[in-house]
Amino acid sequence: MSLNIKHLLGLKDVPKNDIQLILDTATTFREVLERPIKKVPTLKGTTIVNLFYENSTRTRLSFELAEKRLSADTLNFTTSNSSTKKGETFKDTVRNIEAMKIDMIVVRHQSAGVPHYLTKISNASIINAGDGRHEHPTQALLDMYSIREKIGKLNNLNVCIVGDISHSRVALSNIFGLITMGAKVSVCAPPTMLPKNIEQFGVKIFHDINKAVAENDVVNVLRIQLERDAGNTIPSLREYHNYFGITGDVIERNNKDILILHPGPINRGVEISSEVADGPYQIILDQVTNGVAIRMAVLYLLGTMN
Amino acid sequence: MKLLLKNVHLLNPEQNLDETNDLLIDEGIITKIGNVSKEEMNSSEVYDYSGKYCVPGLFDMHVHLREPGREDTETVQTGSNSAAEGGFTGVACMPNTTPTIDSAEVVNSIKKKAENHLVDVYPIGAVTKDRKGEFLAPIAELVDAGAVAFSDDGVAVKTASILRSALEYLKMYDLPIIEHCEDETLAGGAMNEGSVSTLLGLPSIPTIAEDLTVMRDISVAEYVDGKVHIAHISSKKAVQLVIEAKAKGIKITAEVTPHHFTLTDEALTSYDTNYKMNPPLRTEEDVNAMIEGLKDGTIDCIASDHAPHSIEEKEAEFIFAPNGILGLETQLGLSISELVHKNHLSFSQLIEKLSINPRKILNLPVPQIKVGEKANLTIIDSDEVWTVDIKKFKSKSKNSPFDKRLLTGKSVAVINNYQFYKEGKFQNLK
Ligand SMILES: [Zn+2]
Repeated sequence: MSLNIKHLLGLKDVPKNDIQLILDTATTFREVLERPIKKVPTLKGTTIVNLFYENSTRTRLSFELAEKRLSADTLNFTTSNSSTKKGETFKDTVRNIEAMKIDMIVVRHQSAGVPHYLTKISNASIINAGDGRHEHPTQALLDMYSIREKIGKLNNLNVCIVGDISHSRVALSNIFGLITMGAKVSVCAPPTMLPKNIEQFGVKIFHDINKAVAENDVVNVLRIQLERDAGNTIPSLREYHNYFGITGDVIERNNKDILILHPGPINRGVEISSEVADGPYQIILDQVTNGVAIRMAVLYLLGTMN
Repeated sequence: MKLLLKNVHLLNPEQNLDETNDLLIDEGIITKIGNVSKEEMNSSEVYDYSGKYCVPGLFDMHVHLREPGREDTETVQTGSNSAAEGGFTGVACMPNTTPTIDSAEVVNSIKKKAENHLVDVYPIGAVTKDRKGEFLAPIAELVDAGAVAFSDDGVAVKTASILRSALEYLKMYDLPIIEHCEDETLAGGAMNEGSVSTLLGLPSIPTIAEDLTVMRDISVAEYVDGKVHIAHISSKKAVQLVIEAKAKGIKITAEVTPHHFTLTDEALTSYDTNYKMNPPLRTEEDVNAMIEGLKDGTIDCIASDHAPHSIEEKEAEFIFAPNGILGLETQLGLSISELVHKNHLSFSQLIEKLSINPRKILNLPVPQIKVGEKANLTIIDSDEVWTVDIKKFKSKSKNSPFDKRLLTGKSVAVINNYQFYKEGKFQNLK
């Protein structure tokens, strides 16, 4: 079995078979991660560059660990310098890296479209680790994996994404992936945090967190960007917490069977209360472990195609 | 020397001229229309232009020539060559140069660089000092030096107060302010806001950024009875606002670029930075409104917003790439293909939009096809099918999304300032 896709740029056009295969392969690697020796020789001789133009310690560490577990050779290129600053352009950087004979590029960038652009200027297999507010496909895959692990299915499941959908790369990837897998997806946020025509993807919109929790099996809670949102898209973090925060109260009142996900890092007392973040409904740390397995699966499937 | 253009379709709606005839040009002056003697024929360079149009030289009232300041991307010389290749004998160039065109010295230096060229270059002065929106530029001095209009293009005139002041002051000269209509508090995105920006995850600019400034400008123009020309109109609502303003007799005119009546934001799905411009490509509904606006006369003219950028700049990541595309060499072909061949405009109406109206907006004389007049002409083959090739552009830059596009309609030759341009070569007629 192999994938139809050659790169993982987003989940927008990834067929169901491919998502299924990635999730199933991750199950195998999840077992590897429980062994005393957590390393397999699968990608020996494969060189992978982690090209991170944006600070993201967690995602980078998760990819790095996945690469090491697969015995790949790993290079890290981390910079906050974009090509707007004088000197080497983005294309120059990529050409330089390419000259080192690399096989795969894992890329994180502030600008949407950079992974797409990379496929045009490089022969490597490209994995999007987050581009602007566009997509973050491995995060959505690990979210789906974690949901499936807990509930046993994705088909017909009601999943709500809560938070700043406008500025979220996690939201879009989850919407595309979950809908492909047959889930019913909704979003819950104040209108200032919803991008124009989000309904076009067939998602339901909630503005009431109680209703959202009551009517869904899963809630994926997005991180609020403290600096950006307060006073601009929302009056204050306190008001956001009071009206959209996931608290023990909201869960107790509306749905005690709910499953809570959060891509991390969490802001306790803002989008989620400590009580919930440490409580029985959430699977936040499972997501982190599953993240490594999902990334191993993606790297393995794309890295062994030819 | 003598040029004889045989069997050419002479067309100038301004003169009610629409006939096929022979045109004799002696040392750059039109000396005869029809009845050319055998003797004259033998002493002339003869071109059989059967089936081709001869119209008053085309005029593009919105180009960026990048000089002074960014001569690596375009100069007055290369921009003028690009204009000649595209069929244009005159251009008006925007003042967002470094330094800004906000002093007589800069106007003079551009005019000096344009001297002796076939293409007439008319500088547009900045409305405010350094286009910062704080203090008026020396408008009278700029008019004296030869500025034909005023604009802070790149941005709108910053405040209603300074716009009002500038419009009142300009009433002394009956010249327009050309407005890049964009509310700065809603600006800053990389594409049009809508379904496609949501799909692509790109920061977006809503159409209300344009509409609000158009509303403001119409109100101010009405109040002071000043003249405002809306640059690169792109939203359906803005066209509606112009319709209403014109009906009230407010002195508003408008231009549209070929890309805004040809392309939609769907093109952005490739993340190709050659589709990044400001105003951004809008939706099909807006494109249709542009075409309707051209048809019913709401939109007076077509202008390219020719905006050269270096390859390095355009090859940046999408959100960091600069806005703008080249236009001079594709404008006529796109206009004929999209408007004339699709039966939205007659060829004669198109010539009004590309030659006559822009000059009228700037109070410049429209060239006449008449014995005794200096020849200022464009020869057009409206049926020639050709493929755009950015490698052949005369512009110093290459940033066009229209590379490899098949177009119908092309400039065959241009004549102006006693020079003849054809197939990449300039020839002196004196
Ligand atoms: Zn502009």
